Amino acid sequence: MGVEVFMTNILLNSLALAAAGVPGGAAAAPGAVSTPACDWVELLLRVLFSLVAIIVVMSFAGLSVVAERKVCAYIQGRYGPNRTAIPWVLAVPVLGKFLQRAGLMQLVADGLKFLFKEDPLPAHVNKVWYVAAPVISLAPVLVVACVIPFGVYWSNGAAMPLSVANIDVGLLFALAVGALGVYGTIMAAWSSNSKFPYIGGMRACAQVISYELTMALAVLPVVMFVARDAESPLNLFEIGRAQSASAWFCLAQPLGALLFLIALFVETNRLPFDIAESETDLVSGFHTEYGSFKFGLFYVGEYGHMVVGSALFITLFLGAWNPLPWLAWPEEWGAVAAVLSVLTFLVKIAAMLFFFIWIRWTLPRFRYDQAMNLGWRALLPLGVANLVFYMLWLGF
Amino acid sequence: MDRVKINVNGADFEVDAGQNVLSACRSIGVEIPFFCYHERLKVAGSCRMCLVSVGTPARDRKTGEVVKNEDGSVKIAWLPKPSIACGTNVSEGMHVVTDSDAIRQCRGSILEFLLLNHPLDCPICDKAGECKLQEYANAYGNGVSRYCESKNVKPKRREVAGKIILDSERCILCSRCVRFCEEVIGRPIFGFTKRGSKTEISVYPGGDNDSNYLLNAVDICPVGALTEKAFRFQMRAWFLRTARSISPESSAGVNTTVWTREGRIYRVTPRDNEFVNDSWMSDSGRYFHIGRGARLSGARLDSSACDLPYAIDRCVEILRLSNFAIVASAFQTVEEMFLLKALAKAAGAPVYMVSHLGEDDGFLVSADKTPNLRGAFVTGLISEYPPDNLSALAEKIDSGEIKTVLCFDEDLKSLGLGSAHFKKANVIFCSSVENSSAVGAKVCVPLEGEMEKGGIWINRQFRMQRFEAVVERPKWAASAVEFLSQLLCRIGGADFETPDVGLLRSVIAERVPQLKGCADIPDCGTLIDASAFAGVKFPEKAAFKFDPASVGANGG
Amino acid sequence: MAIVVERKRLNFFERLYLPQIVSGLIITLKNLFRPKVTLSYPDQRPTLPDGYRGGPTLVKDSQGRQKCVSCQLCEFVCPSKAIRVTPGSIDPDGEYFYIEKAPKEFQINMLRCIFCGMCEEVCPEKAIVLQDEFTFAAQSREEMIFDKQRLYEAGGTLPDKIMKWKRVKDNADLERDSH
Repeated sequence: MGVEVFMTNILLNSLALAAAGVPGGAAAAPGAVSTPACDWVELLLRVLFSLVAIIVVMSFAGLSVVAERKVCAYIQGRYGPNRTAIPWVLAVPVLGKFLQRAGLMQLVADGLKFLFKEDPLPAHVNKVWYVAAPVISLAPVLVVACVIPFGVYWSNGAAMPLSVANIDVGLLFALAVGALGVYGTIMAAWSSNSKFPYIGGMRACAQVISYELTMALAVLPVVMFVARDAESPLNLFEIGRAQSASAWFCLAQPLGALLFLIALFVETNRLPFDIAESETDLVSGFHTEYGSFKFGLFYVGEYGHMVVGSALFITLFLGAWNPLPWLAWPEEWGAVAAVLSVLTFLVKIAAMLFFFIWIRWTLPRFRYDQAMNLGWRALLPLGVANLVFYMLWLGF
Repeated sequence: MDRVKINVNGADFEVDAGQNVLSACRSIGVEIPFFCYHERLKVAGSCRMCLVSVGTPARDRKTGEVVKNEDGSVKIAWLPKPSIACGTNVSEGMHVVTDSDAIRQCRGSILEFLLLNHPLDCPICDKAGECKLQEYANAYGNGVSRYCESKNVKPKRREVAGKIILDSERCILCSRCVRFCEEVIGRPIFGFTKRGSKTEISVYPGGDNDSNYLLNAVDICPVGALTEKAFRFQMRAWFLRTARSISPESSAGVNTTVWTREGRIYRVTPRDNEFVNDSWMSDSGRYFHIGRGARLSGARLDSSACDLPYAIDRCVEILRLSNFAIVASAFQTVEEMFLLKALAKAAGAPVYMVSHLGEDDGFLVSADKTPNLRGAFVTGLISEYPPDNLSALAEKIDSGEIKTVLCFDEDLKSLGLGSAHFKKANVIFCSSVENSSAVGAKVCVPLEGEMEKGGIWINRQFRMQRFEAVVERPKWAASAVEFLSQLLCRIGGADFETPDVGLLRSVIAERVPQLKGCADIPDCGTLIDASAFAGVKFPEKAAFKFDPASVGANGG
Repeated sequence: MAIVVERKRLNFFERLYLPQIVSGLIITLKNLFRPKVTLSYPDQRPTLPDGYRGGPTLVKDSQGRQKCVSCQLCEFVCPSKAIRVTPGSIDPDGEYFYIEKAPKEFQINMLRCIFCGMCEEVCPEKAIVLQDEFTFAAQSREEMIFDKQRLYEAGGTLPDKIMKWKRVKDNADLERDSH
């Protein structure tokens, strides 16, 4: 990854932290330190945390690129990348060969290729927005990453989230900022000043608007459930805690989970909903005019979206850091339980990523009208019905 | 000429009387295969390939009247066995059948016989692709041989007179070469030895078997028995493109076909013209294009290379400066000479030419070693036979009357001009070859060679003949006609447009009475009116199809 | 007249689309564990079928004689003009002087060659054979023009029973009694 992008993301994360600190003023302080926010140590810690979050999200994004190629190859009866090797890594006895066969060093080669390729700026584009678009499509991902609680730990008998910023409006924040990613797409499409990106951008726009509603409607019953015994039901940590030692929300609200999952595919522009990219009819869709590292950013952004989207889905419906329904890591294990909770979360993300990839290489792409039909005439009514059902259930 | 009615394969035709069935059938478009027959040689009838069924109207023995069938048609008395078409003359009412089953069987059997001892080494035979045996075996052969004994072994790779390779195994004993030497060269060189299936073609032992016309035997050999040593294993016949040309060897104007591939000349063969050379040409003429000296490759100004357009600009400048004389060459075409005459007229420049004389063999190599001296007379460049040197021009330069010499092709230093003359006068040398004139010349303009241009030459019979470009002109060489047109336009005196050769020819046809038909000359050439030059004493002796006395006397 | 195809009315579960997705996922999941069909090419070579048309080569007969006699038929028939033969004669003092003709130079431009095999088909000596080599790579265009030596090296010896140029009779004695 380019250094400047890295720095940009740290800055954005800090901004998100600042924003999180202001509204409501009820942000639960991460860590044991409860001194005012201007404390240097706390600020440093938070920067460190955000770095860790970025590293986790980015490495998952990178790995999922390899996983995509490997899984796709295996589904199609091929081996996938298994040749690329860094000489001195290959020399390591067993590991080197494993990394080569697993195609993990392909990741480095791909990254280097994106980095060292010529980075042309087409003459016909709107330069400012054209350059800004890839950054804007990647940045929200990393911002959302900082409100995700990756695990839990116990301090003085109180459960504390392992997240960069545990804010009360975490869910709203994640949905709002996460949806900003599509601005990058639209901006890229518009500034490219070329027909295929333009059509792709319009599709992305229409699609996101259509499914955002469903997504929100699918989340509301979860919030209602959490609100039964939590003070701030929009807090992602609270949502996660509500699923420890009880039924996961995917079991309590299977329809809601399905709707959210489908909407998630749309949000992340994944097949069968990648009509914005749709390489069979739009060349390469919104990023047709992009190459080298700018394209690389879009590419990583897509997988980053998948990682963050998976994390959100896991937090909302798949029991967050809890290993099994009605089962939580015992508090008495202390730090071990904390580590296990994080690992559980990461394993779940990996499983979700596999699911994303698996779906992609199984299903064909929806046509634009089919996607619209499905969104407005099937999923939205279902979402409303789902909401009304749980309202009534909770009401009586 | 008398005409007779004959019937070929059931259809009636009218053909010239007095010819044989083979040529009569050819004239009406019916092909009869043959090996030994050659229209310029006597009939031998040795190959039996041209067998046809022949019948004549039956006549009553007593009354001599034509016998009629019951339905009133003429009764045909068919010869019981097939006859050779080359040895049978046509007669009134003759019936010929060339494609019956019996005839086809005859041809198949003849070919089977001919192929019995044939080595079938087409892959290494130079004749492959233009071999009659190959063509006929394909068209009429049985496709298989029933012969299972060993084939005869005969001498191979025998050199004849240092220029022919004789392979007796391939020979089909047609005797064309034997007849050619006896009838055309006039002394026997080839002959048959041994008997039966061991018969082989041989050359007379000892003695001088060489002749300047020997290679014609290679051309008429229907198979690969005689092959030309110089062309041996050079290139396959099917890769070669042909162009109709004229041998520049002498004023005989022998018609030739030049065979080229990718700009390289591989061989030159005679082209049939019954009025000039029949099917023959001299061996020396075949290699005339080789060894004419180094090519003048690139324009030069004061012996240093320069661009062609720049050199032409300098030519025009120098020619405008002062009086100039023109030294023309008899290798130039009629078109060039016409332009040169116009230039001379416009500038008032005197024209000098030189005669190049040599041996006259009384056949197809004449005494005049240039192809187009008659053209200079007809276009008016000269009016009397030129001397063999340029001393007249040298005197004019010495006296200071001539300051510039525009010279084409001629080697000035060997013709009476010394280095002093080159200092006194500016020499503009335009040619395709390098010679001593180029060394001291002020400007050298590279022109296309004889093989790179098309045009008209007039031979010793005053027959104008057209020839076409054989190979492409190199980029750095100027077209002589274009160069001369440019000079003419820029010096002044062009009262006609000369954008292309076709238009130029129609101008010539208008302005030179003798060359009236020059825009459209048939393949055999056109004899022109030479009565105006009856007084000129030409050096050519009487020769093949050429009688010096009749030229001018009959007025063309 | 248009043919109207009666389509089966989908029932509720079918219209739900989800069961189909699940069955699709099961298929792809099964495929994950199937053996792979990929040939790991440079490590594993493919088994080429008989009559495979790889790069054209020149071959020697079982006695080691170079078979080509430069008849130039391959050059003539080559649709992509990849072949260029310069004919020449055999050394008259050599062992095979009686064959008379052999190529002085034989070039095949592998960049032009389309591996159609017409040269092999037309060759009267079975001297040019398309063999198994199918990977050609070079640093320059000139290196891709294979000359006679390289073609014979690539071709090797092709044992066949046809001894077309084997001398049955010696005509040396015949030469002696002729003039």
